[in-house]
Amino acid sequence: MNLVKPEFGLIFWMSVTFLIVFFLMKKFAWGPILKMIQEREESIESALNSAQKAKEEMAELQNNNEKLLAEARLEKDKMLKEAREIKETMINDAKEAAQKEAQRIMAEARNSIQNEKMAAINELKNQVALMSVDIAEKIIRKDLSKDENQKTLVATLINDVKLN
Amino acid sequence: MLYKINTFKIFLSLIIANLFLLGATSAFANDSTAVPTTAENETTAITAEHHEAAHEAGAAHGEEKFNAGKMILEHVGDAHDWHIAGHLAMPLPVIIYSEAGLDIFSSARFEHGHATYHSDKTNISYKLEENKVVAVNEDGSVKEDLTASFYDLSITKNVASLLFSLVLLCWIFISVAKAYTRNPGKAPKGLQSFVEPIIIFLRDDVAKSSIGEKHYKKFMPYLLTVFFFIWINNLLGLIPIMPGGANLTGNVAVTLTLAVLTFIITTINANGHYWRHVFAMPGVPVGVLVLLTPIEILGVFLRPFVLMVRLFANITAGHIIALSFFSLIFIFGEMNTGAGLGFSLFSTAFTVFMMVMELLVAFLQAYVFTLLSAVYFGAAVEEGHHEDAHAH
Repeated sequence: MNLVKPEFGLIFWMSVTFLIVFFLMKKFAWGPILKMIQEREESIESALNSAQKAKEEMAELQNNNEKLLAEARLEKDKMLKEAREIKETMINDAKEAAQKEAQRIMAEARNSIQNEKMAAINELKNQVALMSVDIAEKIIRKDLSKDENQKTLVATLINDVKLN
Repeated sequence: MLYKINTFKIFLSLIIANLFLLGATSAFANDSTAVPTTAENETTAITAEHHEAAHEAGAAHGEEKFNAGKMILEHVGDAHDWHIAGHLAMPLPVIIYSEAGLDIFSSARFEHGHATYHSDKTNISYKLEENKVVAVNEDGSVKEDLTASFYDLSITKNVASLLFSLVLLCWIFISVAKAYTRNPGKAPKGLQSFVEPIIIFLRDDVAKSSIGEKHYKKFMPYLLTVFFFIWINNLLGLIPIMPGGANLTGNVAVTLTLAVLTFIITTINANGHYWRHVFAMPGVPVGVLVLLTPIEILGVFLRPFVLMVRLFANITAGHIIALSFFSLIFIFGEMNTGAGLGFSLFSTAFTVFMMVMELLVAFLQAYVFTLLSAVYFGAAVEEGHHEDAHAH
């Protein structure tokens, strides 16, 4: 039966042409195609990997940011608190200082008043003494033997003394 | 993999079912022709036959009675001209190499087998005998010894189809390769995007899984070439007119060459582990080995042989079934024009069904051949694991 009997001619042509085409295709078709497919797959894979890495980095960055933000917030609160404390202490200090100063000024004023008062009293004492001496002098100069004289003298002296 | 084989089995059973159907319809046809001769008396039978013969002669313009078997075998076989349409056929070169020298002439010289051609150079007369070139004597009788001694290297229909398909294959894949080098790293376009999934499928699911990561690269060019060669030729075989129409992958010479190539590649690449498994299966007692080794040695040759037969038988069977459905139209037509016309509807439907199935079979057989080749290569390069060796 011819159907199952391989013909020499066809085997010959098949072997020769198929092998030629096989080597042609290996060099000019399959080589570049397989290489390019593999290269593209690798580039896609690396792109995906780097995208994944970028995503992770982003997440990490965001985490860091949040941490930083939280830290900053804490810092701010702390600073505000400190500032408030400083303000309060400053006010308190200022108050105290002012009070002290006021007290000091008052004390000084009181002192100086006292001093002035004492000086004035001393002055008065001196004046009184001087006047007393003057009076005594005048009395001594006049004849104080008579009662009348004495009385007129005292009266005039007293008139003279004008307590200012 | 398992799923693939199951679908393959389904197809096979469908083919077998169709063959039964075909047998049944043919039997029915025989019965209906037999009815008038047995039921009626002899005279009417003779007149009926006479009438039938006359009708036939008128319809077929004096051609001989339609012979389905002959027609089918002519169509699945080889020829020295390429049929285009009707009585139009392209003559192909006849190349005969004998001890007397090389003869090259057009097959048109045979005038479709009606004439003899005499070569003055080698002094041999040639004639077509059942689509084969034979050497003849002056009186037209075949010179058996001379015919047996020369080499027929003619560009027959199959060879022309082979050349055409190989050019097509080169053109498709070299242009695809160019598209890859033109825009590297870009998404595939056009033809490129059609073949790329198939190439990746063959690489990942056929080569890598059967041969293994380490060795698969070496076999990729052969597997890809074989797959696309078989597929393209299976598809071309389904096209009824030129440039298709040749039953190339259903030709035993072609499948033989492919199987031998697979066998050669397997044998060249086979390592010690493979041969040890063939000649002395590890872990098997000597007594059993005496029985097993001949079977294993036989298996080495049987595997490519099965590869050859499977492709040849599947493709040829598909062609025969499709052609048989067509033949039924003419068989019925010879009985009665109306029956022929009526049956042509049924036949066309079935042929379309067969064609759709053949489209799948075309891919499937290419896949099976490639997969089994890959499995054989995988066995040849498999690295020996000691534990594994016992498991076999």
